Amino acid sequence: MTTLKATAPPVGPDPSAAFADATASESALRRFLHGLPGVDQVGAEQRAAALGTRSIKTTAKAFALDLAIRMVDLTTLEGMDTHGKVKALCAKAMHPDPTDPGCPSTAAVCVYPDMVATAKKALGSSEVHVAAVATAFPSGRAALDIKLADTADAVEAGADEIDMVIDRGAFLSGRYLEVFEEILAVRAACARPDGGHAHLKVIFETGELQTYDNVRRASWLAMMAGAHFIKTSTGKVQPAATLPVTMIMLEAVRDFREATGQMVGVKPAGGIRHSKDAIKYLVTVNEIAGEDWLDPDWFRFGASTLLNDLLMQRSRMRTGHYSGPDYVTLD
Amino acid sequence: MPNNSAQFEYAPAPESPAIVDIKPSYGLFIDGEFVDGHGKSFKTISPSTEEVLAEVAEANDADVDLAVKAARRAYTRVWSKMSGAERGKYLFRIARIIQERAREFAVLESIDNGKPIKETRDVDIPLVAAHFFYYGGWADKLEYALPGNGNRGADPQPLGVAGQVIPWNFPLLMLAWKIAPALACGNTVVLKPAETTPLTALLFAEVCQQADLPPGVVNIITGAGETGRAIVAHPGVDKVAFTGSTDVGRAIAKAVAGTNKRVTLELGGKAANIVFDDAPLDQAIEGIVNGIFFNQGHVCCAGSRLLVQESVADEVIAKLKRRMKTLRVGDPLDKNTDIGAINSAEQLAKIRELSDIGEAEGAGRWSPACDLPQTGFWFPPTIFTGVSQAHRIAREEIFGPVLSILTFRTPKEAVEKANNTPFGLSAGIWTDKGSRILWMASQLRAGVVWSNTFNRFDPASPFGGYKESGYGREGGRHGLEAYLR
Repeated sequence: MTTLKATAPPVGPDPSAAFADATASESALRRFLHGLPGVDQVGAEQRAAALGTRSIKTTAKAFALDLAIRMVDLTTLEGMDTHGKVKALCAKAMHPDPTDPGCPSTAAVCVYPDMVATAKKALGSSEVHVAAVATAFPSGRAALDIKLADTADAVEAGADEIDMVIDRGAFLSGRYLEVFEEILAVRAACARPDGGHAHLKVIFETGELQTYDNVRRASWLAMMAGAHFIKTSTGKVQPAATLPVTMIMLEAVRDFREATGQMVGVKPAGGIRHSKDAIKYLVTVNEIAGEDWLDPDWFRFGASTLLNDLLMQRSRMRTGHYSGPDYVTLD
Repeated sequence: MPNNSAQFEYAPAPESPAIVDIKPSYGLFIDGEFVDGHGKSFKTISPSTEEVLAEVAEANDADVDLAVKAARRAYTRVWSKMSGAERGKYLFRIARIIQERAREFAVLESIDNGKPIKETRDVDIPLVAAHFFYYGGWADKLEYALPGNGNRGADPQPLGVAGQVIPWNFPLLMLAWKIAPALACGNTVVLKPAETTPLTALLFAEVCQQADLPPGVVNIITGAGETGRAIVAHPGVDKVAFTGSTDVGRAIAKAVAGTNKRVTLELGGKAANIVFDDAPLDQAIEGIVNGIFFNQGHVCCAGSRLLVQESVADEVIAKLKRRMKTLRVGDPLDKNTDIGAINSAEQLAKIRELSDIGEAEGAGRWSPACDLPQTGFWFPPTIFTGVSQAHRIAREEIFGPVLSILTFRTPKEAVEKANNTPFGLSAGIWTDKGSRILWMASQLRAGVVWSNTFNRFDPASPFGGYKESGYGREGGRHGLEAYLR
């Protein structure tokens, strides 16, 4: 079992130094997080609904569909996952539409740590990343050293990205510093021996945090701890990603860049199944965080079935007719 | 036009105008039929293109007389004798037809008024149908409408013929606010839409025919100020209801003084939208934007004065500017347009004049970069910072997409500044503190006080002003009082 790597050199720019005062003690951190402007639930949901009424047609739609495909973290997180399943998923990620070589590949495949080596091998030299869920995903109910070992194991196997879960129990009982320090430790465990590091996505499980105020606080907490991405959900809890929750997180990364100059990515995951929904998210990215986030480096969709719907819509834009579900591959 | 993104450029998404059938000319709707007027005619244009849409009759005194007499006949012979339940059926029928023809109404309203299709589709027309449904429900329950009526014994009675004059900012919605309660209470009406936006009222006249509403119950006569004056002055009118400017409202109050006519006036406003430092700021920004840029700021209850606590003023202004950069100004029929055309050349001139005065008085003027179309009447969303109570742009109603930003230090100062206006139609409070909302609401001299929202309307909620914003209430149970005795 790997030992705690809290003493390892920080990976990437470390914003935690800029928030040394705010994270100096439990009470200081609580004051900071509770001092963030509140979120009015009714107003936030109205705003998200209004963004959802944007009408994205023709050239704008073609742009959005291609971008959305490039942003997909094609995911399989099942007890029944096998090497064969993961290989098939990798093939799909690299060439989503076998009939169209011009179709972009997805951003990453997302698997459990024991499947990282298989995925890595299957993807070979392609640009598709391997993301591994770690830290006792999805519940996060394990001792810290086990979570860190889980992380280090995935990094060692070649994961480019680690999707960790926060300890929601600690967060909901107000032990923010514990959550903060755990993220710091996992971030350190993302370091590779060659001096590089895996990117860290921090999953909040917003369906369990429940309030938008909590989502905003969790966002700041994770960003201050150096998360490269903040992610809504594991996909195992309902509701998973919603447009208002994602909007609140996009506001947070926007405000965080204004405060620190550093960009953090956002990943809604779970429940986004249709192109129409994906386009609403992209409109929200565009109008809330800004166009700098319209890039797979800064926005991802954690999804499995979404990809085929994007492909069907894309093929319709290209050929002028719907091809039907038999013309996209089921993997 | 789109100024938010070079990368993700929203392609044009125009709503098709093919659904509406605009006739080359329109007569007056009197006694259930379209008839030629006896006066001149005038043209109504599209404010976004300046194209002539149709020629419309200008009702003269003789036409007004015919309309009022038709309304009187319908009142005496049919409508006042009909049971409330039967009247309600007509209102429900009208509401359903409006829902069925919602897209047609939305497109026509957008073309004639210049407001974005997004607003006519999602706000105006749904609210119109909701008003008819709401008052349809009251028609057979009027004995419960007036407080204490049960003790007086007699059921409340209608007033007779209502003369109604409405503005151009929400043409069909203001028609609904006027006609629905009047008919529910058993009155008949003669209504004049504004001269720049007569078309949806004339389409509504068709709906009355479609609903088999007895002839003369609703009469729609078009025209300008003279026609309006003739309606107000006609001795056969029992009740005058007006929505519009405070100047005209004053003239109407004078004209009816000493007569038996009842009057309700819904006039101008200069509402304060008050943002405290503990407000949910991102939602407050939306409320500010919605408060002043909704409907191009052509809203009597618009939040045209932003009062922001000094400790968060810089942050709020910075966030507001960033948000304003994503507002899309342009073709009203494009489904992605947030801000449409100014309704008329005359109104545009007024907005320009007051904005120039604001600049001359030393306030800081700012608008996001936006390409305005070459033809039509356009004004960019604009804010003025560093405004004080003494500035004209803090006192006079601009009725356009122009926001004056003032600051305050304490809740008491916010109340003083908010109330320091001759108007009193609406106000907004943004704070996370519930007790402060209640205290502020009790102190503000405004007919509607929104908390953590702005410009929200519902037929069940009464609406109306304090001071020079008028008198009488529209909407809700209170709205019935204006049409009953």
